[in-house]
Amino acid sequence: MSATLSGGAVTLVCLITLGLSVFALRLARRTSDFYVAGRSVTPARNAAAIGGEYLSAASFLGVAGLIYDQGVDALWYPIGYTVGYLVLLVLVAAPLRRSGAYTLPDFAEARLESRFVRHLSSALVVLIGWFYLVPQFQGASFTLGLLTGASGWVGAFIVMVVVMLAVAAGGMRSITLVQAVQYWLKLTALAVPAGMILAAWWVTGGPAPEVSDAWALPLTGRSPDEHHLYRTFSLIVALALGTTGLPHVVVRYYTNPDGSAARRTTVRVLVLLGLFYVVTIVYGVLGRAYLPVLGEGQRADTIVLRLPAEVLPGLGSEVLTAALAGGAFAAFLSTSSGLTVAVTGVLNQDLVRPAMARITRGDHSEVTGFRVSAVLAVVVPYAVSRVFPEVPLATLVSLAFIVAASTFFPLLALGVWWPGLSVQGAAAGLVTGAVLAVGAVSVTVLADAPTGWPAALLAQPAAWTVPLAALVMVTVSRATPRGIPASARRTLVRLHTPEEITTASTQPVTRGRPGPPA
Amino acid sequence: MTEPAPRHTQRVRVTASRRGAAAARRRPMATALVEQTEVGELYLGGLLRAQLRLALAIVGSGAAILLGLPLLFALVPETRELRLGWVPVPWLLLGVLIYPAVVAAAIFYTRRSERTERRFADVVGGTSER
Repeated sequence: MSATLSGGAVTLVCLITLGLSVFALRLARRTSDFYVAGRSVTPARNAAAIGGEYLSAASFLGVAGLIYDQGVDALWYPIGYTVGYLVLLVLVAAPLRRSGAYTLPDFAEARLESRFVRHLSSALVVLIGWFYLVPQFQGASFTLGLLTGASGWVGAFIVMVVVMLAVAAGGMRSITLVQAVQYWLKLTALAVPAGMILAAWWVTGGPAPEVSDAWALPLTGRSPDEHHLYRTFSLIVALALGTTGLPHVVVRYYTNPDGSAARRTTVRVLVLLGLFYVVTIVYGVLGRAYLPVLGEGQRADTIVLRLPAEVLPGLGSEVLTAALAGGAFAAFLSTSSGLTVAVTGVLNQDLVRPAMARITRGDHSEVTGFRVSAVLAVVVPYAVSRVFPEVPLATLVSLAFIVAASTFFPLLALGVWWPGLSVQGAAAGLVTGAVLAVGAVSVTVLADAPTGWPAALLAQPAAWTVPLAALVMVTVSRATPRGIPASARRTLVRLHTPEEITTASTQPVTRGRPGPPA
Repeated sequence: MTEPAPRHTQRVRVTASRRGAAAARRRPMATALVEQTEVGELYLGGLLRAQLRLALAIVGSGAAILLGLPLLFALVPETRELRLGWVPVPWLLLGVLIYPAVVAAAIFYTRRSERTERRFADVVGGTSER
């Protein structure tokens, strides 16, 4: 195929990412710059950054692949990915920003005043982050393999190294800028080829999509004992609620200047995601027209990359394929770096910094710890991606959503709205949700799945794990009123009081940062 | 002040611990007033309830639509084959129209919640000003 052009596009995207990181490193000065971009990001840029971060391999390649493979029923995936932000907006966006914490574990600790719940949340952030990184690395590997014939480990290795360098160099500030650029890069790389393919199909009177009823009509074609309706429900629950608990999404909310900026950011995110996902449908549908059957052992995830060569002749198709390859790598890089920042922050605070303090007796810089953590954050999922079984990208990513929905969603929703949440309740709910979700997911991925209801319940567990985790949180909290932090009510006040009140009456001190010790 | 600062020939790194960042944030007067007086608590309870009601209304209607559509397709099989011209209606709904609907819901929510907060700020600001 068009190996040289595509390889060039991939190299270019990697170089742009690194270049922007180095450029932004000159702006990163304080520790808070490394974590949350000094809290000075405008809604427009922050929304593009969230979009850039969120649209991963699963969105760029996986959604079109699933639509190609499963038809109308796959449309629930992008809907779920998008609606998640509506849930996030109405339930937690502004309060989360007003909590003033940096990460999910920070929020858990500030809200519940418990080191234990903090550590539990940290472990979950790392788990979800790694779950989400594995498909990114797998996508990078097969993309590069398909386009340039590189062997299986190269693509993932390139992504790992670029992300590690970018994150370790500039932290979040650089990532915010990089992510915002990546969104527009991805949308252009997907939409322009889609428009040209569509035009070519129209002008040349290309073939009609060859589809069956099972593909074209919703909820058709699967056997009744697969419980298709239940699976659809449960998938919607997982994706819509899971977004709220994704560590790389939540961390981005701390970069908004205030609570209402957090809301405005989210509205823009919804627009940007909608634009993107509508375009992916073109690939799924026209894939059915030009490539009605894929060869033996070829992944449906590759349909986006294969389509141009089928529709257009010669150089045109090579240019489009190169653009799509670049966009796909932008997707791998941006999502991976967002996840890596989140995982790195947690690893640094809860693991690396305490360990380094013990080894060096406090004589080390905080930034060194951040960089050590960044390396740790990507090497582990890279290793896992080499041994993990091949599953469609969008399915693999939804596993991370299931775990997030079963753990962090109830914690955040109850933490923000219910003063009665106790330390024991939160901990019990987190453990219940994590054990059930991870258990169900592992059985599905690793073991030969049973059939009928057990198969459906294990493959799509969110519909029962999320309510169960929330129920455990509430019941245990009710039973342990002593575990309710004394300041719970005061914390809720802070989460829900608009900033205009807190800033208007105290002008002189609001801008003050704690100065260096005298 | 204290003794004059000694001359350093090397750069000195000054860092502050990031932990407890949430707790150390500003504690302005209006917030303190809201927390401590009964009137303030009453206002805040009202704000919380109004916001929660709005949030649940949005989540509820969203869930009704999202879970209702598959239910409709499952219970009334004819709806699966509806067409508008040559466009199949399920594709139109799930592929395109659902996105502007979500954006509209988000804009509606943002407007309403900001209005609730402004009203709250007016009331509390009025009582706390000197």
